[in-house]
Parts: sequence; C-alpha cells; structure tokens
Amino acid sequence: MKTSRVNRIINFSNVDGPHNRTAIFFQECNFNCLYCHNPETINKCIACGECVKNCPVGALSLNDGMVNWDEKKCVKCDTCLKVCKHKSSPKTTLMSVDDVMERIKKSRPYIKGITTSGGECSLQAPFLKELFKRCHELGLTCFMDSNGSYDFAKDEELMSYTDAVMLDVKAYDKKFHAELCSYDNTLVIKNLHYLLDHDKMYEVRTVLLPGRKEDNFTTVSNVAKIIGDRCRYKLIRYRPFGVREEYQKILGDDEMSMEEANQYVELAKSLGCSQAFVL
Amino acid sequence: MKSEARRIVEDETLTYQQMMYNLARAAENTDDYIKYSDEYYEAKKKGCLCDLNEGRLPFRPRYICPDYSVLMEKGSAFLEIDPPKDLMEACNALLIIYKHVPSVTSFPVFLGDLGDLLEPFVLKEDRAFAKKVLKMFLLHIDKTLTDSFVHANIGPKASVAGELILELTEEMQLAIPNLTLKYDPDITPDDFALKCIRTSLKTAKPSFANHKMFVSEWGEDYAIASCYNGLKKAGGGTTLPRMRLYECSLDAKSPEDFLDRVLPYYVNLQLEYMDKRTIYQNEEAAFFKSNFLVTEGFVKQDNFNGMFGMVGLAECCNHLLGITDKAKGFGNNKEAEELGVKIMDRMEELVAAHEAPYNVCTNHRYRLHAQVGIDTDGRENSPGTRIPVGVEPDILDQLAVNEVFQKYFPTGTGDIFRFEETYLNTPEAILDIIKGAFENNLRYFSGYLENNDVVRVTGYLVKKSELEKLRNKKQSLNQVSIFGLGAADCQDALDRRVATHEDIKSK
Repeated sequence: MKTSRVNRIINFSNVDGPHNRTAIFFQECNFNCLYCHNPETINKCIACGECVKNCPVGALSLNDGMVNWDEKKCVKCDTCLKVCKHKSSPKTTLMSVDDVMERIKKSRPYIKGITTSGGECSLQAPFLKELFKRCHELGLTCFMDSNGSYDFAKDEELMSYTDAVMLDVKAYDKKFHAELCSYDNTLVIKNLHYLLDHDKMYEVRTVLLPGRKEDNFTTVSNVAKIIGDRCRYKLIRYRPFGVREEYQKILGDDEMSMEEANQYVELAKSLGCSQAFVL
Repeated sequence: MKSEARRIVEDETLTYQQMMYNLARAAENTDDYIKYSDEYYEAKKKGCLCDLNEGRLPFRPRYICPDYSVLMEKGSAFLEIDPPKDLMEACNALLIIYKHVPSVTSFPVFLGDLGDLLEPFVLKEDRAFAKKVLKMFLLHIDKTLTDSFVHANIGPKASVAGELILELTEEMQLAIPNLTLKYDPDITPDDFALKCIRTSLKTAKPSFANHKMFVSEWGEDYAIASCYNGLKKAGGGTTLPRMRLYECSLDAKSPEDFLDRVLPYYVNLQLEYMDKRTIYQNEEAAFFKSNFLVTEGFVKQDNFNGMFGMVGLAECCNHLLGITDKAKGFGNNKEAEELGVKIMDRMEELVAAHEAPYNVCTNHRYRLHAQVGIDTDGRENSPGTRIPVGVEPDILDQLAVNEVFQKYFPTGTGDIFRFEETYLNTPEAILDIIKGAFENNLRYFSGYLENNDVVRVTGYLVKKSELEKLRNKKQSLNQVSIFGLGAADCQDALDRRVATHEDIKSK
C-alpha cells in the first residue's frame, strides 16, 4: 500500500474547487515562493529536534530518528512551525490510501469531490492515481491543485484519473518566475497549454504583487491570452499576513487595493479572458 | 414591595403592547383552577420541569397554524372578508386575519405557506408591482406582529412569490417574520434553494426544513411555526413544557439510575401537566367551542398536538459521566453521545407509551420537541440536544451528532451553523452540505454569516443593533429582543463556532 505524508485534511472546503470538497494537503513542495503562506509544508522533516525542545506542552518527542506529534496534547500554538529552520512541520501524518479514504468516506454524503493540494501534490503522483481511482468509484470528482512543475502530458494514467487541475501560474517571465519561486517555469507554461487543450483545467491562478506593475502586467496579459474563454482566471491579491518576515521585506507589507486588482481583471477581459475575476 | 403589575407598568424598556401583554399574563397567573400533584410543583421548583411561562389558564392553544387557503377560497364570515380577487386583497386579508390568530405570545406563530398562497395572485401582476405590494405586506408584518416567533413558510416548489419574498428579505433586513424553506431536493430546484442560501447568509433566514421527513410524520399538510416547530396545518400545538435534563440528572446516582428511575419519574410528571392542560383546553376553555378559526374551519380540534419538550441533553450526559470539561464532553465524546442516544430512546419510548387525551391526529400521542432554551437557562442547559456553544466540533462532526439526535423530534429541533464570508461566493457548497445532511436524516438547518445585523439567537431572530438598544435601556419594538439579550449575555449564544475554510492557499 502506497503511503504519503499528509500535512492536513480539511473535511469541507468551499475554496478548493467547485462545490463542497474534501481537501487533502500533502507535505513537500519543489518550489520556494517568496509569498508562500505555509512554508512549513515545503520540506519533509529531518528530525533535527529543534521543535521538540521548544514545544511548551510536551506534545512532541524524538524517537528512532523521527519526531512524533501527540495530537491530543497539542494546543495548536504553532511554536514548532516558528522555530523550524527547515521549512517543515512535525504535525504531519504518514497515511496510506486506505487511511485517506477512511476520512473521505466520512465526508462523502456532503461533498461533490476531493481536491489534492499541498505542498505540491503532483510529487505524490503514484499515490494520487490510487486515491483518485478509489474516489471515482464513490462518484467523487478529483481535482489537483498544482504549481505545474509535473509533466502532465507524459502521465496519461494520472490524467485519466484527474477530472481537472487548478494551476498556479505565478509568473510568465522566466527570469521573474525563477526569482519568485526558485524554479524554472518552462513546464508550467507547457502545462498551461496542455491542460487547456485537453479540457482538464478548472482554473488558473496568479497572485498580483503590490508595486510590481510590469511583472503583473506581463503575467496577466500573456496568461489571459492563452486562456481565452476556456476557463476561470482567478487573480489573487497579495496579502502580507503569514508571509515569512525576510520575504515580506522584499515583497512589502502592502495589500493591493481592490481597485488596482480590478484593473488587471479588465486587462484580462480585454484580451478575451472572459472568466477573469479577483479574489 | 412593588406589585407585579406595578413592576410591569414602570418598566421603561417595555413598549405599550409589551406592557399590556405582560399585564394580561400576570392576571392569568392569579388563577389556580388547574391543580397538579405536589410532586409536579416540587419538580418545577427544583427547575427539573419548566412550563415556559405558558400561563396558568390555557385559554388558547400555545401555537395555532391556520389553514389560510380557507381564507383564499371562502373568505371569513366572522371577519366579513370576501375571497380575495387580487394580490392586494389577498395580502390585506392575510394581514387582517393574522391579528386574530392567538398564541402564547399573542402573535400568530404561523403566517402560512406564502409561496403557495400568494403565487396565483402574484402571477397576475407585473413583477415590480407585485414586489411593491409584498414589500408593504412584509413591512406591515415587521412593525405590527412584533415578535420573531412569527413564522412564514415557502417551498418546497419554487415560486415567484417566494423569490420576491427572498429578495425583499435581503433588501429590507428585517428580523420578522422568521422564514423556513420546506426543502426537498426532488421538488425544489437547485437555483431556488441557492437563492434561499444566499438570502440566509445575509439575513439568517430562511432555514431549511427536511420536507421528506416532515411529510413522513405529518403528511403534506404540516407547518413550521414559531422557532422551528413541526405541527399539523389546520391545527397546532396545545402546550409545550420542557424537562431540564441537567437539573434532572442531579437526582441520579448513576447513568443507569437516571434511565431506570429519574427519567421516568420526571417524564410522568410532565405528562401529567400536559394531560391536565390538554383536557382543560379541549373541554372547558371557550376556544374550541366558539373561536371563528374553529367554527369556520381554519383549524380542527383533532389536528392539535401536545409538544413534549426537553433541553440540556449535553449537560445531562456530561454530568452523569462525571465530565467537567465540556470541551471533552457531549459533541466531542462518543461515550457521552451514546448515553444521549439511550436517554432519548428511553424518553421516546416512555412518551409513546402514554395515551394522551385528544391529540387525535397523532393517534393520541404527544410528540417530542427539542426546545431552544430561554435566557434564564444559563449555561447549564444547552438547547435541546445541541452541543454547547463554543465547543462545537468540526462542522462534519457537528452534523453527525445532529443527524443522530434530530430524528427524535417531529415537533421540532434544529441547529445553527455560522459561516464565514467566502461562502457568499459558493452557496452551492452549503447546498451540498444540506443535501447530504438531509439524506442522513437531519431535520432542520439554519445558517448565517458572521458579522450580520440580523442574527439567529437560539431559534429566533433578532437584530444585534436592537440588543444594543436594550443594553442602553431603550425600547425595542421586537418582543423577543429581550430574550436575545438574556441569551447573548447569559449563554454566549452569539459566540458560536464559525465554519471557516482554513485558507492555506498561495503556496
């Protein structure tokens, strides 16, 4: 039985795709985005023990080279996340497909589908295939929330089990994407085309950054042209809350005004992207 | 010492109407013709039983749910009203008859299935004109039937009248009337249900009633009245006393002792109270002999039912199991919920075994009611079988607990789910939840958005701004605002858990 490390499962989510869905957040991401709101999902735990020393209620312990988390003792103060130097979290659970299905079955009557997220869920592709197959047997739709770093075109099997992808296009310009995410975006743009052409895209998302007019313009205009009227284009205003301090210094602590964000919606619409909207 | 009458007359927070109502109640309570056993009075004194201040002489049924279609078809001889021919006449006729429908609060607790009643008239008018008429109709109700237990129904079919009422409910932001959608996914179109959800997020109404479930218990002709009471249409509720289970549990030495001795003891005393009131109301009070609602066929004596109420199951279970931290008790503790099931099974069995006088429509049986609580309950008795405010688990688990317990209560129960703002954009997510829950036998669902002015306290609606008026010793037109103030200040009723999406987006 395949296993994956799960950061958390939200039984009911109304913001991870259409209708009510169960959202599964996997641990581990291959990007390191400056504005990441949950950097603790980026790496797997290396059991350095820093969080164990700092836990105020003794909910963490180090055994056999692993940090164990006692959910019952945990008071959710997030001290462990604050002191972690490895962009990780001790509060993750190694789960089998059966374990995840057990949770999904509890939500089954109230949901239309599931969404896998992260971290970057495509890093768990073998796990996803099995999970999605099982969910389809229950009549649930399966969505992936992805940063687009996985070559979807090369994995027909995964695509056959995936109803739709919600793709982040964080930047269109290669250089700026590398600066922003420490990762190359060639595959992301390839996936943008591939998923749209194969009718597998639920929505595309871009975060709008304050004071970065040119970068925002480049991304929004190029992505909008590619999308056309084929799917939703969700523009998300940057919010400094939750962003790591050192990166807040780079990106600023302003929130973009709704007025400014709406200008990008208008821009996208003027380029034929009829389903552009701002969140 | 001041007399009760003087205390009422000198209370500056009461409107003139509220003063008259309270004076009448005080007068009624000078009578002691209906006598109960010493054990009953003792139980009441101890707080184990509560008569919800129904008054000592039941001169009318507690809740009356007239069949207003009689008014549409025949008019009323007593009121000298002809059958209405257009929307204005229909609304006017209803507004007139509403003022003649008695209840425990003296305001009508059921305004009818407005979608069905008004639809033929609405369809004959231009939409804008119909909306204007309905706006006056609703405004009139809000300003004269000043009590949030005044309750209208729409659905299960979609209707233009229903749509207009929803639009106006949102535009006008009025607490009155309470509103319920009779919801059946096989009858109610999704777009109408979604309109209801959008409105409920903005105004805390309508609530959703599980139509299939109510029909299976009452037949098609049922009404949702007052807070969320399921009753027979063209009938109503005779009386609603309640067991306060936490206080009852204090008498028990163990869970077994509670089930075997304490529970039957208090159930029987409450049945005694209900029997005596039912008999007086049916045999001696004038209502069933002379009131025009009876003589003209708006209600039938056979369609009245006694509601056997209870509160505080959560605290009762926690006490019996020695659980002192409510966060680890009922709602978050399987053992406590299992005990809850045993208690409810036993209560249901005891009440079903009792042959009630009258109550013809329910085969001479009283039916259970999970009462929403009143301000003086404090923190010891949560409404009905609800999980205590503040320790509600994840919405999924909250629903699971509700689905177990709501089935016991044909005369009404419900729970409230507070949602955060993103749900305004995704009402379909809430509809998914309701559909799933109703399939699992949830009976009644109320949702509202945090930070609204109109809020649902425990079952009734008040405006937060009205509560502020009372806190500042000003009068509030809405008679129940005073209950809301008590519930907010004494029971933390406004501090319910908010269902949030834990947004961990923007990787």
